[in-house]
Amino acid sequence: MEAPAILEVLSRRLPGDPGRFEAVSSLDGMPTIYIARDGFVDACAVLRDALELQFAVLMDITAVDYLPREPRFEIIYLLVSPGVAGYGTTPKRLRVKVRVPGDDARVASVSGVWTAAGWAEREVFDLFGIQFDGHSDLRRILMPDDWEGYPLRRDYPVQIKDPVKTYEPLQMSEEEFVANVEAARSRTRRE
Amino acid sequence: MSDADLPILTTTVEKVVQWARRSSIWPVTFGLACCAIEMMAMSASRYDIARFGAEVFRGSPRQSDLMIVAGRLSRKMAPVLRRIYDQMPEPKWVISMGACASVGGVFDNYAIVQGVDQVVPVDVFVPGCPPRPEALIYGIVQLQRKIDKQRMSA
Repeated sequence: MEAPAILEVLSRRLPGDPGRFEAVSSLDGMPTIYIARDGFVDACAVLRDALELQFAVLMDITAVDYLPREPRFEIIYLLVSPGVAGYGTTPKRLRVKVRVPGDDARVASVSGVWTAAGWAEREVFDLFGIQFDGHSDLRRILMPDDWEGYPLRRDYPVQIKDPVKTYEPLQMSEEEFVANVEAARSRTRRE
Repeated sequence: MSDADLPILTTTVEKVVQWARRSSIWPVTFGLACCAIEMMAMSASRYDIARFGAEVFRGSPRQSDLMIVAGRLSRKMAPVLRRIYDQMPEPKWVISMGACASVGGVFDNYAIVQGVDQVVPVDVFVPGCPPRPEALIYGIVQLQRKIDKQRMSA
């Protein structure tokens, strides 16, 4: 299924300005479409649910920083329709891109459409600093929790000469630790 | 019966202790990257580090004498490495295996520690990318020589 046919399904299901959807050619021949940031989640729900499409699997989310171009970021969603019973007739793939401006780096989370988006969106947030509105737990996932900056942005310094942190406090608080020890002691006393 | 016939050897406690220490260096399992593959090859039958008494890789730092830092150490991993080193009982030694662990290697970037000597004291640096198993064995033999020269009183 080529990109224009997918656009046709999207425009039919979501009446309105057809300029929101745009098909582009890609060198690898994989169908690629751009979707405008407004109403992006609705379009994703159609991609997942429309009987002709049924892109049930979200393989990955990634982003590209095109500094100094504006809009600066493009977020890329890689979708798969497995083509097995209940999920479409033929296997197919789709690349969805969303343009995001640098001074307002945010986009709606699709974790309500594909649950698998949760960790992938955390990774994009961690490395590019793009906010995903509606994400239930948007924390860093690869870098340390107290890291400053977003390493895969073009204006991020590659080398950092800060001293290395060699101490990380225990995952539990001191009170919890003491309570655990005392609970274990009272158990052994009773026995 | 002369003295030479007695079944007795005389030595110093110091020498016996250092001999015992250097003859059974048990490493803690700490493979961080591709260097760990060479480290495993070193402990397997072909190179057989058992010839030097160091084949018993322990899963617990509390039973180990040696930490072989095999691979690039990320800044997020540095506190973990330090905690495991702190859990090892004295006396303990560290081998920094390969270019990444020693100086950062090709990863001159924000995420990788530029030399594990910023985190733990290192006894032997083994160069290579990755070092061949023979090179790591040579590093362990060098460490044995170092242990031999250490004095308990010092």
